[in-house]
Amino acid sequence: MRIGVDVGGTNTDAVLMDGRAILAWTKQPTSADVSSGVAGAIRTVLGDAGVSPDRIGAVMIGTTHFTNALVQRDRLDRVGVLRLASPSGEALPPLTGWPDDLARRIGGHVFLLPGGYEVDGREIAPFDADKVRAAAVELKARGIGSIAITSAFAPVNASMETRAAAIVREVYPDAAVTLSGAIGRIGFIERENAAILNAALTGLAATVVASFQRALADLGIAAPLYISQNDGTLISAEQAAAFPVLAIGSGPTNSMRGAAFLTGIEDAIVMDVGGTTTDIGVLAGGFPRESSIAVDIGGVRTNFRMPDILAIGLGGGTRVRLDPAFYAADGFAPEALKVGPDSVGYRIAHDALLFGGNTLTASDVAVAAGRAAFGARTNLPDFSAATLGAIWARFQAMLEEAVDRMKTARGDATVLAVGGGNFLIGDALKGAARVIRPPHAAVANAVGAAIAQVGAQVEQIVAYDKEPRATALARMRDEVTARVIAAGGAADSVRIVEVDEVFLSYLPGKAAQLRVRAVGDLAGLPVEETAAPLVHHAH
Amino acid sequence: MRIDRTALTDLAQGAAFLGSGGGGDPYYSLLLGQAELARVESFELVPLDSLGDDALVVPCGWIGAPTVSVEKLPSGLEALAGLKRLERELGRPIDAVLPIEIGGGNGLAPLVSAARLGVPVVDADGMGRAFPESQMAIFNIRGLSACPSVLTAACGALTVIETDDNLTHERIARGLSVALGGIAHMVEYPLTGREAKDHAIGGSVSAAIAIGAAVRRAREGGDDPFAALYAALRDTSLYPYAGELFDGKIVDLERETQGGFSVGRVVIEGFGGSGRMELVFQNENLIARRDGDVVAMVPDLITVMDRETADSITTERLKYGQRVKIVGAAAPAMLREARALALVGPGAFGFTDAYRPIEALNGWDQG
Repeated sequence: MRIGVDVGGTNTDAVLMDGRAILAWTKQPTSADVSSGVAGAIRTVLGDAGVSPDRIGAVMIGTTHFTNALVQRDRLDRVGVLRLASPSGEALPPLTGWPDDLARRIGGHVFLLPGGYEVDGREIAPFDADKVRAAAVELKARGIGSIAITSAFAPVNASMETRAAAIVREVYPDAAVTLSGAIGRIGFIERENAAILNAALTGLAATVVASFQRALADLGIAAPLYISQNDGTLISAEQAAAFPVLAIGSGPTNSMRGAAFLTGIEDAIVMDVGGTTTDIGVLAGGFPRESSIAVDIGGVRTNFRMPDILAIGLGGGTRVRLDPAFYAADGFAPEALKVGPDSVGYRIAHDALLFGGNTLTASDVAVAAGRAAFGARTNLPDFSAATLGAIWARFQAMLEEAVDRMKTARGDATVLAVGGGNFLIGDALKGAARVIRPPHAAVANAVGAAIAQVGAQVEQIVAYDKEPRATALARMRDEVTARVIAAGGAADSVRIVEVDEVFLSYLPGKAAQLRVRAVGDLAGLPVEETAAPLVHHAH
Repeated sequence: MRIDRTALTDLAQGAAFLGSGGGGDPYYSLLLGQAELARVESFELVPLDSLGDDALVVPCGWIGAPTVSVEKLPSGLEALAGLKRLERELGRPIDAVLPIEIGGGNGLAPLVSAARLGVPVVDADGMGRAFPESQMAIFNIRGLSACPSVLTAACGALTVIETDDNLTHERIARGLSVALGGIAHMVEYPLTGREAKDHAIGGSVSAAIAIGAAVRRAREGGDDPFAALYAALRDTSLYPYAGELFDGKIVDLERETQGGFSVGRVVIEGFGGSGRMELVFQNENLIARRDGDVVAMVPDLITVMDRETADSITTERLKYGQRVKIVGAAAPAMLREARALALVGPGAFGFTDAYRPIEALNGWDQG
């Protein structure tokens, strides 16, 4: 049995799964200390299903902490940036192209040092140990303990980054060091950006991962803890603490894969309605559509592969601004109504009219219109049918425009409505052939975490004059497929997601560094052809 | 015309398309341009016909392998050092610069160089797209000399090249670029205003801006960015035909840095296994074959684009698994003349197929 948890800014969801069956689920407010909320959610699903903690084989957690920290410029470490490439690259110093506020938050602790490699393996400039040492001494004096090191052509030759890290650790043993070569490929700026973002998140990651581990310990769960990463596969808690940047895109991936699992539909538009935004993504053949070009995270360009997501400002806590004089009116001018983009977020249980607050939110409108039933209806003012109709129509228009923007084919798409606020999506949307609300739609994210995939990677230097390229590729595909299966992946679900080849022109024999990555579904979760029964929302 | 922040972004988008896969990464050039705009209000773009007959007008850009240019970044001193040295060689100040090629990052790079030198950029270029080799510039096709030419690199190395023929110039420059780590900046084909007016491909910088703006506006308005792109290309009068050649996913990619170029091939498979397209590239995409049949060939443009956003994906940014549309466009008429085809047609790249215009290969001229 597995437990999937999704820790969002507003809610913490958990599901207990046995194979494909969902035995129990819960949605609870995210606690300020994270740990108690996670423990509470897990305790609830174990209790509801009457399952003892020792029967749990694995716990998978997806979290938006890291994304939120970057978007909100909050809880980030100041970062010491060591770049080994000078004189090359001085035209584009680190943090170029970053949003000003984020760059300021990270700080200007930048050291442009000689070093790096050329494409043919020569050094751009010799490694200068004294300069690296001096930079480390200065960072230690300033108390900058998160350090990102990037050297030119590190994905091909990591030794300068490794040497610099050794010196930094010797001078400053408490520093957390991120090496660009460990998280990125060719493309200097994007790789350096990713390393800096990762370093900025290391303090938060240590806290968050430790709080997850504490929650499991409190419950007496000895099963391994995994964290979802951007591509739907898992990393160990220890890896996540070291490489939080690999987990920033897991939220949308989990909700889309969860939606596909719950419906059995592989090609659809997924709309995940949370407290603040609706994230719209596209499932193609059961997998989230990825963006081909570099992805911006918190306004910073990286070369991670991430689901292609459109976020719009409509969620359960979205503020609806309308002069109360129009609440019971027969109509009003369109400009009198403003929906979002701001939201009361996690304060919904305090600020929304339904909960005795004094802010009109999207949830209040949905309950008044009979589209959802929670909170105290009696707290709601009297709305005229015309007013409710107009606000509701505005919500639908926002969603319909988003569907249209994400659609690639002409014709109507299937829409999968998930997330805690999925009641904001009507039963019919323009541009949608049908709107499907699967069972457990509200916790699709946690389901996505629980059904996470297994990934494996094989990287080798191949001499093509000894082994032809096609032969080497076929061999490595077989090898990586076997590794996915060995790690628990279902054989018929394995697919190759990445083939990366860098020719090493400085080695004899037409040598190339070849990297092949594959993912597969966890065995015991066969993909069924039949769609899950449709559940219509109660009116 | 002044090029502000928005126009610069549009130029990056348009130049990326016109690069036909090459010309260098537009994003890094855009970052450099944006950094420069923090110092100057905007860049000055002047039409060809504003040049005096005896003005000194200088094309410039980066030479090397795009795969290197995304990893080995400029020091920032290369272009200005080369231009200053040319002024010393010729004993007079430079009046204006222009991109040697409008395609890719090289379409933007001269803006910063011009701002540093305090001169305008001319609304013209030497290729109407991007080509892998220096002698493929219209100025060589029309019999002008590349020299004196100045090559500079991040390490501070500077070489003045003087040769009698432009092919030798390319070979020397290419060899130097390899020796200097695979990427260098080059100032070449110094022109008089008269020569620029007679031979440069006029209007290509503003065309790239218009193309980029059309794609941006389509995205903002929720319209089909590809339809907007094709219409904008036709509206420029430089690129009279444009359309989709293929739609699918990248299933194989062979890319190698060799002899100072990025060479290789990319295979795209149609969704649901419907057909295959193969592109062969040498920095730029040179030929497109659909199920074995040629559907586009150099000098016509072949660009790989993100099928959702219509962002152009340059050679060095191609990745296994990307979902792409392959888009083609007719080259400017000056590149289709017999004397041009001898230097930039399929035969110049070792292909045995005779050149056939993209509109004839795809029936676009039957409209």
